[in-house]
Amino acid sequence: MALALALVFFVAPEDADQGISQKIFYFHVPLALTAYACFATAAWKALRLLWTGEERYDLESYTAVHQGTIYGAMTLLTGSIWAKASWGRWWVWSEDQLVLFLVLFLFYCAYFMLRFSLEPGPSRARISAVYALFGVALIPVSFLAIRLSKNFIHPVVFTRDGPQMTGTMFAAFCVAWAAVLLLAALMYRVELLGKRLDLHLRELREALGAS
Amino acid sequence: MSSGEKYVAAAYAVVFATVLVWVALIAVKLVRLERETAELAELARRPRAAQTADDG
Repeated sequence: MALALALVFFVAPEDADQGISQKIFYFHVPLALTAYACFATAAWKALRLLWTGEERYDLESYTAVHQGTIYGAMTLLTGSIWAKASWGRWWVWSEDQLVLFLVLFLFYCAYFMLRFSLEPGPSRARISAVYALFGVALIPVSFLAIRLSKNFIHPVVFTRDGPQMTGTMFAAFCVAWAAVLLLAALMYRVELLGKRLDLHLRELREALGAS
Repeated sequence: MSSGEKYVAAAYAVVFATVLVWVALIAVKLVRLERETAELAELARRPRAAQTADDG
């Protein structure tokens, strides 16, 4: 993370068009891609749950959705700040990319409402898994929206001709993305461990007959 | 500080603050888990201690 910050602020040149505010890009885009990765992981775990019926995948899928929602919230907040700096507005409703990402984020927020409205058990695990699987269909739509959109306020950096930036900018972006992915993986592991420990303690408490 | 610099600082502060809040929440959870583990260990020890007293 320190290396990524050093590359972003001391090595990567300032963008000729956007100036210093372009520095937000180096964490905003990796945060969005990491959120997609978390939701895709949640869908994969959900599929494994439906396929094998193993209970552990329910907790893994839930943790991945939780992580994805955190990263999604950070994407929306940093994106909104970048929008204000670049376009002079906090939010642009006519931008498909922005609205679709918000839809994706709200869809996964509703996952928690659904999950906590059901009694814990195999039925809740299956319903949550099906919901997480449906959500993953929104990822390619959200990702491709910028390319399908006719309104090009939102910048397109990665085109068919490759990344539209200098080599050092691209290197800083790659290091920042790796750092954010590593942070997400670490947060996922720690959160999953905490949740598993919580579950085992509850089972132990029941076995010991404690209130 | 220019307005552009302020926005960049704000965006990075959002990421930093979110990670910080997450770490704080995990720390709180860890403290709770530690306390619960200690309670359960005490509960598990109690019947054994009672049985030792009965045997004696």
